[in-house]
Amino acid sequence: MSRDTVNKDPLLARLQAALPANCIVADPVSMKPYECDGLSGYRQMPRVVVLPETVEQVQAIMKICQLSGTPIVPRGAGTSLSGGAMPHKDGVVLSLARLNRILDIDADNRTARVQSGVRNLQITDAVQDLGLYYAPDPSSQIACTIGGNVAENAGGVHCLKYGLTVHNILQLTMVDLDGELITLGGTAPDMPGYDLLALLMGSEGMLGIVVEVIVRLLPKPQVAKVLMASFDDIEKAGNAVANVIAAGVTPGGFEMMDNAAIGAVEAFVKAGYPTDAAAVLLCELDGMEDDVVAQIGKVEKLLSDSGATSIHLARDEQARARFWSGRKNAFPAMGRISPDYYCMDGTIPRKELGRVLTSIYQMSKKYGLGVANVFHAGDGNLHPLIAYDANQHDEFVRAEAFGAEILDLCVAVGGTITGEHGVGVEKIERMCVQFDDASLAQFRSVREAFDPDGLLNPDKAVPTLARCAEFNRMHVHHGELPHPELERF
Amino acid sequence: MAVMEEKIATAVRTAYENRKPLDICGAGTKSFLGRRVGETEKLDVTAHKGIVEYDPAELVLVARAGTPLLEIEKLLHDHGQMLGFEPPFASAGATLGGAVAAGLAGPRRFFAGAVRDFLLGATFVNGRGEVVNVGGKVMKNVAGFDLFRPMARSMGTLGVLLQVALRLLPLPEAEKTLLHEETDETAALRKMNQWPCQTQTISAACWDGNAIRIRLSGSTAGIRHAASLIGGELLDHTRYWQELNNLELAFFNDQGRLWRVCLAPMSTPPGLDGRQLLDWGGAQRWLKSDQAAAEIRSCAAALGGFAECYGDEPATATFHPLDGKLLAVNRRFKAALDPAGILNPGRMYPEL
Repeated sequence: MSRDTVNKDPLLARLQAALPANCIVADPVSMKPYECDGLSGYRQMPRVVVLPETVEQVQAIMKICQLSGTPIVPRGAGTSLSGGAMPHKDGVVLSLARLNRILDIDADNRTARVQSGVRNLQITDAVQDLGLYYAPDPSSQIACTIGGNVAENAGGVHCLKYGLTVHNILQLTMVDLDGELITLGGTAPDMPGYDLLALLMGSEGMLGIVVEVIVRLLPKPQVAKVLMASFDDIEKAGNAVANVIAAGVTPGGFEMMDNAAIGAVEAFVKAGYPTDAAAVLLCELDGMEDDVVAQIGKVEKLLSDSGATSIHLARDEQARARFWSGRKNAFPAMGRISPDYYCMDGTIPRKELGRVLTSIYQMSKKYGLGVANVFHAGDGNLHPLIAYDANQHDEFVRAEAFGAEILDLCVAVGGTITGEHGVGVEKIERMCVQFDDASLAQFRSVREAFDPDGLLNPDKAVPTLARCAEFNRMHVHHGELPHPELERF
Repeated sequence: MAVMEEKIATAVRTAYENRKPLDICGAGTKSFLGRRVGETEKLDVTAHKGIVEYDPAELVLVARAGTPLLEIEKLLHDHGQMLGFEPPFASAGATLGGAVAAGLAGPRRFFAGAVRDFLLGATFVNGRGEVVNVGGKVMKNVAGFDLFRPMARSMGTLGVLLQVALRLLPLPEAEKTLLHEETDETAALRKMNQWPCQTQTISAACWDGNAIRIRLSGSTAGIRHAASLIGGELLDHTRYWQELNNLELAFFNDQGRLWRVCLAPMSTPPGLDGRQLLDWGGAQRWLKSDQAAAEIRSCAAALGGFAECYGDEPATATFHPLDGKLLAVNRRFKAALDPAGILNPGRMYPEL
């Protein structure tokens, strides 16, 4: 679309009348950064980008869009890995990034009221002097916003013990399509009416625009200790994870890296992982000193009984930081050894970890693409990183097919196609594998209850039945696609 | 059991076609909760019972809605596990489906989570008689809208639960109760809400006007350490917590209507007439009072909370009224799941 046609756009004229000039971005060059989110393989230029600075401006934008039938794609920091914030060609990108104020901290009740554009880590930074923190810690926590966390029900390393976003948000205020403010939940437990607060979590911007939330803060644990265990066999490592949790221990974090990930990480940050190991587990235990010491003994024995070839306890804070530095740098480390990587996100029952990882290696051979696994083992949340070169179209197509086969396997063993990244545009067809028609129809009617005209983040997360019918004709369970060379959206 | 499932779905489908409201019944242990449903047909789901899947190593249980809680609790106990939300009325025969639908939770709720926090997925029959499957049985899952957590506290007005998947907790190594004298309400609230910053072993905290009772759950060493931090007399007092959970303490037999008032725990004392028993660190206040309902509700609402009446008088609405905008969005949500309004209509609110 040329600049001239944009300027004649009646939608733009209405937005300009309602918003200060610095809140509107409509020229193609300035809009370019908004054409994709963290899933950069999917791109689309929007009609216009708006960056409201007040809740009232969000309300005005919603009214304008509703009246003109304009699609709205909400956006936080744009770190989504499933294309949830990918623009609509006829639509508005509604960035909440400027609603970035922490409004109130209630130390007594251990809550903070913040605007939705506040960054995840910004909350912990603001309350750590009080000995408190905000627990969910997605790996993008430096950049990602709390509103985006709500939209994806974000997780992270610590959610094994301290819960997902849904467990740590007490209240949210959203703007509906009429531009009205609605508050869901509250600081008292079990607020009256349906638990629509839970419904909004992970709803990928399809039910309303979140402008403010009250988060629950937790007291910082007295001590945190981390164990690193090495294994010469991936299945043994997977079983070790299941054995520790089955014994009644809930680690603060329980992460796993396979040989490919260890190699990439060691070449990058030298975290001290044994590069000849098939897998490394990091198990963090936190709480009161006495309890943690007792748990370390118990976990060491469990890991050793599960076949660990070596177990190291980080003796001090410096050693602990070094152990974690490898895990935290795994994604950039992969970026150094492969031109591009495709990060998958499925969850499976813990007992299936070994078997599924072994299958992923077989698929890696079949598709001729490398794979590294670095993930939240404690809750069975896999993140296979498929290495490919985006300049080779054929590799991208194979990477997608490889990823799809992993997700189908996750469903087949009783798991899910997405643990914490969301469905977005990326996995919309996989929804047809996981859910039957009645359930998908139910999702759609819930969506229509909030958005009868389908304006909020359209064509994402919930597929139409027609799309599933088409997909199911194409899709061969656990096998090759009929035409892997074709791009299919 | 597929037969039972089909039977329930058919009953709902027939009711949908004939626009005939249903009264969904489990064991009836919480029939005192909520409003009376008008002219309805009874849909008894207690025959749909049994454990579907339980692998202790996964700490996940999948069971049919009609399964008695007692049966589940016994099985879990034998494997060193438990339901983290401590549902009440298990001994009276309460079922899993009823426990989820009513969403009541015991003393551990404030520290471990509510019913909804332990739900991983559900299968239910919607108001059109269709079987819907949402969530799953793994810890992290963001595929599809979360329609399973809202089943908790929906009183059967959104769907007929067929089965649910729950995350479980390991049984603590040891459990003790600490009796700590304190007669001042503000001081009691402060203590109950500050101690959890010093120890992770607290699994219940209540105050009866004379003393704080703290339940400590964890390793023996951890409990000893926490007890020395907090101070007080260490007791074996499991019965107290059961009686509190099942509303069987002497307090509940006192004169006056029983109210449940929920607030942010460190709220200013709401200034209500009558006797109070504070649970959940003060976030859930049991109140025995004959004060006018409207006054009690407005006191709670002024502090951002609400009040529910656990009365035996059908004329008194149990649940706290919803404001206009919130009621409207609740109605739209209900209609998306139960378009003809045949599932327990009016049990929560006349409009839902």
